[in-house]
Amino acid sequence: MTFTHPHNSDERKWQLDIHHNGNDLLVVSCSGRWCLDQDLPSIETIQVEMDNALGRISFNTTQLSAWDTGFLAFLQSLLSLCAQRGITIDQDGLPKGVRHLLAMATAVPEQKAAKKRRKKQSLFFQVGSATIDFFRGAPEMLHFLGEITVSFGRLISGRARFRWSDLWWEIEEVGPRALIIVSVISLLVGLILAYLGADQLRLVGAQIFIADLVAIGMVREIGALMTGIIIAGRTGAAFAAQLGTMQVNEEIDAFKTLGLSPIDFLVLPRMLALMMMVPLLTLYASFVGMLAGLLVSATIFNISMFEYYNETLRALELKHFLVGLSKGSVYGAIVAYAGCLRGMQCGRSAESVGEAATSAVVTGILLITIAASLMTIIFYQLGI
Amino acid sequence: MNETPHIEIRNLTMAYGDFVIQHDLNFVVNKGDIFVIMGENGCGKTTLMRALIGLQRPALGTVFYDGEDFWNVDLDQQARLKRRLGIMFQGGALWSSLTLAENVALPLKEYTDLAQRRISDIVSFKLALVGLAGFEDFYPSELSGGMKKRASLARAMALDPEILVIDEPSSGLDPLTASRLDDLILELRDSLGATIVVITHELASILGIGTNSIFLDNESHTMINTGNPREALTSGDPRVRHFLTRGVT
Repeated sequence: MTFTHPHNSDERKWQLDIHHNGNDLLVVSCSGRWCLDQDLPSIETIQVEMDNALGRISFNTTQLSAWDTGFLAFLQSLLSLCAQRGITIDQDGLPKGVRHLLAMATAVPEQKAAKKRRKKQSLFFQVGSATIDFFRGAPEMLHFLGEITVSFGRLISGRARFRWSDLWWEIEEVGPRALIIVSVISLLVGLILAYLGADQLRLVGAQIFIADLVAIGMVREIGALMTGIIIAGRTGAAFAAQLGTMQVNEEIDAFKTLGLSPIDFLVLPRMLALMMMVPLLTLYASFVGMLAGLLVSATIFNISMFEYYNETLRALELKHFLVGLSKGSVYGAIVAYAGCLRGMQCGRSAESVGEAATSAVVTGILLITIAASLMTIIFYQLGI
Repeated sequence: MNETPHIEIRNLTMAYGDFVIQHDLNFVVNKGDIFVIMGENGCGKTTLMRALIGLQRPALGTVFYDGEDFWNVDLDQQARLKRRLGIMFQGGALWSSLTLAENVALPLKEYTDLAQRRISDIVSFKLALVGLAGFEDFYPSELSGGMKKRASLARAMALDPEILVIDEPSSGLDPLTASRLDDLILELRDSLGATIVVITHELASILGIGTNSIFLDNESHTMINTGNPREALTSGDPRVRHFLTRGVT
């Protein structure tokens, strides 16, 4: 039986002849060009011929003008089919290079045990797995929190080992370098708040209370919340990516094998830096927000700057600042915790680093929102 | 016979800012060569490789492929020239989000019209050639360093490139696997007619498979020897002899 290239009869194209020779011998003749740029035949082409009882296959490649991996892949499939059916193969008729490469491909046996069976999982199974993973993750999160607490204990007792220069570097990185983005966001949020307030307060002729709304809103809640969210996206993701890359490069393992605590060396400076800088950024964000309110009120709603300033001073009390600062500290700790946790949990591939950074931001924002709600309720109940 | 060299490096200088790594490199790689670029750590072997494969523009000079000036042709032509190259990077450079089979299949899917079944056959064959049969569904993060290297070679060979550029093929491999890899490199040259550029400081590979070589010197920052590496053992520059005999002269 003869098979040829389906598209034209150019003699440079491949040709495959199969014929029985004697009782149990099948001779496979390959001629022409057997290269990847051709539409080469698949193994199914000769499978029918092989279904007839036979014991041996031999080759004739005297008319073979060119070959490459396409030919090798065809032969490899043929060899494995013959191996399954117990058919002997005589490779003498194949070119020397082909025989050598086929021998190399079979020199290391296939690791059948390594073959993976990847099953498609149902939605029900996936939801169940995600739920189990979540609850399995909770003890891990608590364990990490415990490790950080112990590390803070070592810091207080003067036994924590980390480089102070790392702390200063982190402080600069998370504080002053975040000023521009915090300024822009706070200015815009202050502006939105002032417009929103003005629209409603105008109905009752109490536009001067824009100052109260913006001042108390920014200082107590929004300054800290916006700063926390900005820092979660900017710094939390960076922490996760830094520590995740260190996991990939086995740098964290190197700390452990030296008997040094990676929590002390890597997590503690980051926690301290954020816990110190986020309250300051919160304070700064609150002032920028109030400044935006002042500008909007003075230029759009014809409230004099002096009046607005006096109303702001009247509205604000020390407790509002203490509430804002305490929230800032908690959000800073949460962002550092989420970033470091996800970084330390990172796998050993580039993809895991990306996942760690994403997860750090999601975890950070989720925890900040929960903490904000809880603290608002607590402060309300305490009358602060 | 005045044959155009397959690869020609002319007056090449590689630098990072003002720091010159190597200067005035001139050499030719002929078709069918297994050309070894050797030298001590930090001498600029990988930097030279990056200039050869289009990742780093040289400070001066250029690279010709069959007479075409790689660094001074338009981007389409450069892309066409790059398609003739297969690269195995020092660390493997496998795409971590893809399985080994997907890593090897990607160039075949992008540059050929082959059916999925045919691509799978080729991928299995290439992985078998480097001793990784059965590991098709593994992700790079699940493999050892040596396995990643071999998978990277399988990917570099996917399109049967005319020129294979291999950075440190044997480092991190056990002697048997390293020797198999050297045999494979020889067979790729002999059977498929590939020209192979190998960047290495592994003596067994240099002397075992190299047909031509250059030695990059760390002190003078230029090449100080060309020719068959086995000849360099006796007649080369003393620094080259020192290197090739591991300081035992």
